Order: sequence, then C-alpha cells, then structure tokens
Amino acid sequence: MSEQFIQLGHGGGGLLSRDLIQREIVSRFGDGALKGLPDGATLPVPSSRLMVFTTDSFVVQPLEFPGGTIGDLAVHGTVNDLAVCGAIPRWLSLALILEEGLPFTTLRRVLDSVKRAADECGVSVVTGDTKVVERGQCDGMYVNTAGIGEHMDGFTLDPNRVVPGDHVLVSGPVGDHGMAVLAAREGIRITHGVSSDTGPVHRLVQAIREYAPDIKFMRDPTRGGLAAVLNEVVENRGMGILLNESDVPFSTGAKAAAELLGVDLLQVASEGRMILIGDAAISEVVLKAWRSLPEGREAARIGIVTETRGRVVLETITGGRRLVDVPRGELLPRIC
Amino acid sequence: MNYIEGFRDPAVAKGIRSKVDALAGSLLARNRPVNIMEVCGSHTMAIARYGIRDILPSTVNLISGPGCPVCVTPTRYIDAAITLVERGIIVVTFGDMILVPGSASTLAECRARGGAVEVAYSPTRAIELAVANPDREVVFLAIGFETTTAPVISIVEHAIRLGLKNVSLLTAFKLVPPALTALLADPEIRIDAFLCPAHVSAIIGADAYKPFAETYKVPCVVAGFEPLDILYGVQGILEQMTQGKAEVVNQYARVVKAQGNLQAQALMAKYLEPVDAAWRGIGVLPKSGLGLRPEYAAYDAELKYGVTVELGAENPACACGEVLKGKQKPPECSLFGTACTPDHPVGPCMVSTEGTCSAYFKYLR
Repeated sequence: MSEQFIQLGHGGGGLLSRDLIQREIVSRFGDGALKGLPDGATLPVPSSRLMVFTTDSFVVQPLEFPGGTIGDLAVHGTVNDLAVCGAIPRWLSLALILEEGLPFTTLRRVLDSVKRAADECGVSVVTGDTKVVERGQCDGMYVNTAGIGEHMDGFTLDPNRVVPGDHVLVSGPVGDHGMAVLAAREGIRITHGVSSDTGPVHRLVQAIREYAPDIKFMRDPTRGGLAAVLNEVVENRGMGILLNESDVPFSTGAKAAAELLGVDLLQVASEGRMILIGDAAISEVVLKAWRSLPEGREAARIGIVTETRGRVVLETITGGRRLVDVPRGELLPRIC
Repeated sequence: MNYIEGFRDPAVAKGIRSKVDALAGSLLARNRPVNIMEVCGSHTMAIARYGIRDILPSTVNLISGPGCPVCVTPTRYIDAAITLVERGIIVVTFGDMILVPGSASTLAECRARGGAVEVAYSPTRAIELAVANPDREVVFLAIGFETTTAPVISIVEHAIRLGLKNVSLLTAFKLVPPALTALLADPEIRIDAFLCPAHVSAIIGADAYKPFAETYKVPCVVAGFEPLDILYGVQGILEQMTQGKAEVVNQYARVVKAQGNLQAQALMAKYLEPVDAAWRGIGVLPKSGLGLRPEYAAYDAELKYGVTVELGAENPACACGEVLKGKQKPPECSLFGTACTPDHPVGPCMVSTEGTCSAYFKYLR
C-alpha cells in the first residue's frame, strides 16, 4: 500500500474505505463476530443474566503519551466502567473519527494498542465504524468505544448503602494519567518522568468477588480525580469522608509534575485505578487480594466515612484539616 | 535530598507546632492577637492546602496581603486586553488571567467567541507565535511581581535580537516593597510581622526588607512554600517578638540570597523604570510598578495600539480591596460564596487559584 496519510476518500465508502477496513481493522479484529462485516454483531447473551452496557468517547491530546495511546485508553476506559459496575467485560464496539492527513503509521500504532489492550482484558471488538473528516475538524483522531459486560452475582453497589465507619480504599497511586498527558502536552520533561497509569481494573474486581456483599461503592477516578468521585458519594447525604494525606499513594513523577504545574493531584485523572468503599471488616482482605496483583501492588486504605454531612476533608501532613473540593474544570496554569 | 518529602515530615511538623504553641503562650500578656501578614499567593495557597490556620493557636492570625499579581490587576487592564483581542491581535497570557472579570467580560468569554487568546506556561510562547504568524500582531499580558518580570521582559530582548516588530507587551508589572510600605502606613491595619514572599525575595534579595524591620520595627522572615517552611517561619517571627526584636531573617537561604538575583535585576533595570501603578482594591501607589523605558516604546502595547489602562469601575459590594489589605476576611464579604464563587468570580481575589477568596472557598468553606 502506497498511501502514507489518511485521505477523505478513506471514509467515502468506496475502494479506499474497503481497503482501509480490510487492512487495518479486519486484520486485527476480524476473527469473531466481525467476520464478514455484518451491519451489527449477533452476540450469545446467557439467559437469566443481567448485562451491563456503557459507552465513552476519547479525545485525548497528544494521541500517544508516556504509558499509553488513545487506543488502549479507549479500551481501558470502557472496560473499567463495566468492571466497577460489577461486570465481567465481554464485548466492545470501536468507532474511529479520523482527520484527513493522519499518518497511517500513527493509526497502526493506535490500532495495535487497541488490540493488545482488548486481548489483555479478555474482550472482543465485535462491531465498529470509521469516518474521515476534513483537515482541521478533529485533532488527529477521536475514538468511541461502547462495551457490554456480564454482571456478577453478589454485587449490589449503591452509595446509599454507605454508612459512617466504612473504609475508603484505592487500588494504587492516583493522578498519573492526567499528569502524564498534561506534561506531554506542555512539553515538560522531568527526570523521574510520569507515565500514564492507563490499564484495566477488571482483575481487581474479580479478585474481590467473594466480598461483594460488603462492598458498597466502586468507581474509577477519571476526570476530576479522587476529589470528584468522593464528593459525589457524600453530596446530599448525611455523611462525609475524612482522608489522611499521608496514606494517599502518589507516584514520585506525578508529584514532581504536579508541584511544577501547581495542580492538586487529588483532582487529577487516573485511568487504571479504582476506589472502593466497603464495610471496615473487609478492608484488610480486599487490600491483601489487590496487593497480590501487579496493578494493585500499591493499594491503600486512604480514609474513613464520617458523620460530617456532605464534606470531604483531608487531614494534611501538618495535622491541619482542609476541605477537598470538586475541581472547577479547566486546569489553568498559575503565574508563579 | 528529596525536596518534597523532606519539607513535609509530619513528625517535624509536630515538633514545630509545640514550639509555636509555647511561644504564642508567652505572648498572651500582650492582650491582643499576633497579626502576621503573608504577601505571597503561593504562601496563601500552601497555608490553605495544608490546613495551617487550623493548627495555629487562636492568638496567631495569618492575614493574606496583596500577594497575587492577578488579584491586583485593575479592571481596565482586562478591558484593554479584550479590546486588543477584538482588534484581531493574538493575546498571550498566563492562565489565571483569562477568568478575571473586566468591566463587561472576561478573556475566557472572548476566546469562546473566537478571539485569539493563547494560554502559555512560558513567555517565550509569545516569541514563537510572533515568528509563526508574521502577518499578525502578538501582545503578551505582562503582569506579575518581581518574580516573573525578568522572564517576561526577555521577550523584548528576544524580539530585538530576532528583529521581530509584531510582538509587544501590555505592562502592569508590580513591585512588592512599595505595597508593604503603603500597608504599614495605613493606621487601620495593625501588622505585627511579615512572612516575606519566597520567589519575589529570590529576585530582590532578603536585604530589601531591612527598611521595614528598621523603620517600622516589624520582624520580617523570608520563608519557603513548603508546609514546614511556613510553620518554621511563624516560629521565627514569634521568637523575635518574644525577644522584642525586629530583624530580617532569611529562613529560605536554599534559594534566597541577601542581594537577590543580580542578573535578573540588571535585565529589569535595562528595559524598565519605576512608574506609578494602580493596584486593584488599594489604589494608585507611587513608583510601585515598572514600565518600559522610552527607548523601548515600540514594544509597549499601550502606546502602539492607543489603549489605556487606568482604574475602572468595580462592583461596589466587592470587598477585594479590604481583603487584599487584610482588613477583612473573605467570608465577611457579602458576595462571598453566593454572588461570587470560583465559577462566577466578581472580584479578582476569587479568580486566581492563589487569590485569598479562592483559597478560602476551596479549602476552608
């Protein structure tokens, strides 16, 4: 194949489109339900099972960053949403919006990372779509994935079940993904570089399945980070959360980048971590199960549910306390 | 050494706290609280972020002075910047300026309407844009205290070297010492000591505070931004007070020299001269700012485009002026947390993440 860049014709439905789909999509994902390129995937859903269905769109810049690409991110994002709903991820859709002029080499690297991530997570890409837009109408490429998973018996996740005294656990250092992307975007090079934590959490969920009845809440802290998730739990409820700063795991690289950019890591996205709130009695066994997996090695208990209505409070390393607020939105660089 | 954990050791923090408690106890006979003013936005943020007010004895007040350069930027400056964007000029700025309310709009709204507002981490971005867009004009919003003045003014140096004619500065540089003089001269404010800024002091040097210690008998302690730096700074101030001393003590010697950064000072002196400057909430203070010298007028956006920056209309209910002077705490303002929030800031103290009101809203509400 001679083309080096995506052209508008690759999305036009003609020969170029067919060529692109055959060479890049079918070659990687064409074994299962995608075989023969039907208009939709026909899936063997087990009877009497609850199914979980979710979708997410990915517009990250740059497309490739330390630790990942928009491709594995798009798989992990959807797989993790299914996992924290208490489901075993099964099937994914993959929709690509490509910008005219995108190098084929970039597209191939991204699709390879989709394939690798999907295989690692045990999910199949069973349907998809590709469109091409004119130069300037999107930033290289956008990706949407939707996912279907099988709900596991025993999980009744509901923040209304959370009560004072419950423990708050996290599966590993938080904020690495957001800092890696921000540092890459700003061209900041740090000696102990920060790498995205993008990765799946489904094994972490399956590893604690036997404690499901005492698990009340699970979430992956993406946009808005730990702060956004925990505030959502206590909002309009008669309880609060007290975090202990010394117990919250952060990586050295993320800390350095956050100091440099003036960003609060509690508000920064992770893409391979999960937060769990459950009965105090299971926190030690959950941590033990998590720590036996590579992705849960640095899991920690970071706080406790309190009776302080609607507040997430951090006990800082000085012993003082402060409010952990919901992030406002755009992370703006400070002047000094 | 590890420059993050080393200054955040909980055991050391506990040790300093008990010393601060003991010192504050021995000052109880004064029968009025100790008012310590910090004049640095990053101190304000660190104090809030680490809950330091929460652990100090009730007789020690930390008052946040005019330490955030964004907060003291007048309304009309924003209006002038918006005018420039509306004329098709590319305006490059540090991030927290884009939410500062002008008299009718903000740069963020201006950008949403399609205006060319570029948020930059480094002033050199203005040079990159001027080179990449030879047919466009580029203006950098040149605000800030002594800390950022030298890197910003290097835009002019780069422009001269590269022969660029399409880049200029809208200047509103501020100087810290004249503001401290004005605060000390105000009879309504009783400041017992200054926790002197860290980065500003790295440029102007610790010796710059000597007049305050000598003339006004106010202890001045230069402290870093880490929680232990700040606690140790408070301890240093209380020690001086118990001994009846008023000296300049540099506790941030790992960065700050007595004479400051001579290279930065020389760069500033080459291109800039002291001018009277408008401080939002405080008013016009003589020789409290820096403007381009007449020989560099070609790089002065005010002259080049005929825009003017002066004190403009402010919301009469907004207490930012009183907050900046340390006369009021943010929650005492009638707008705080209701009409004025970080999402819809009225006054500049709520805009910047370093602003006093923003820090209160974020961490202490």
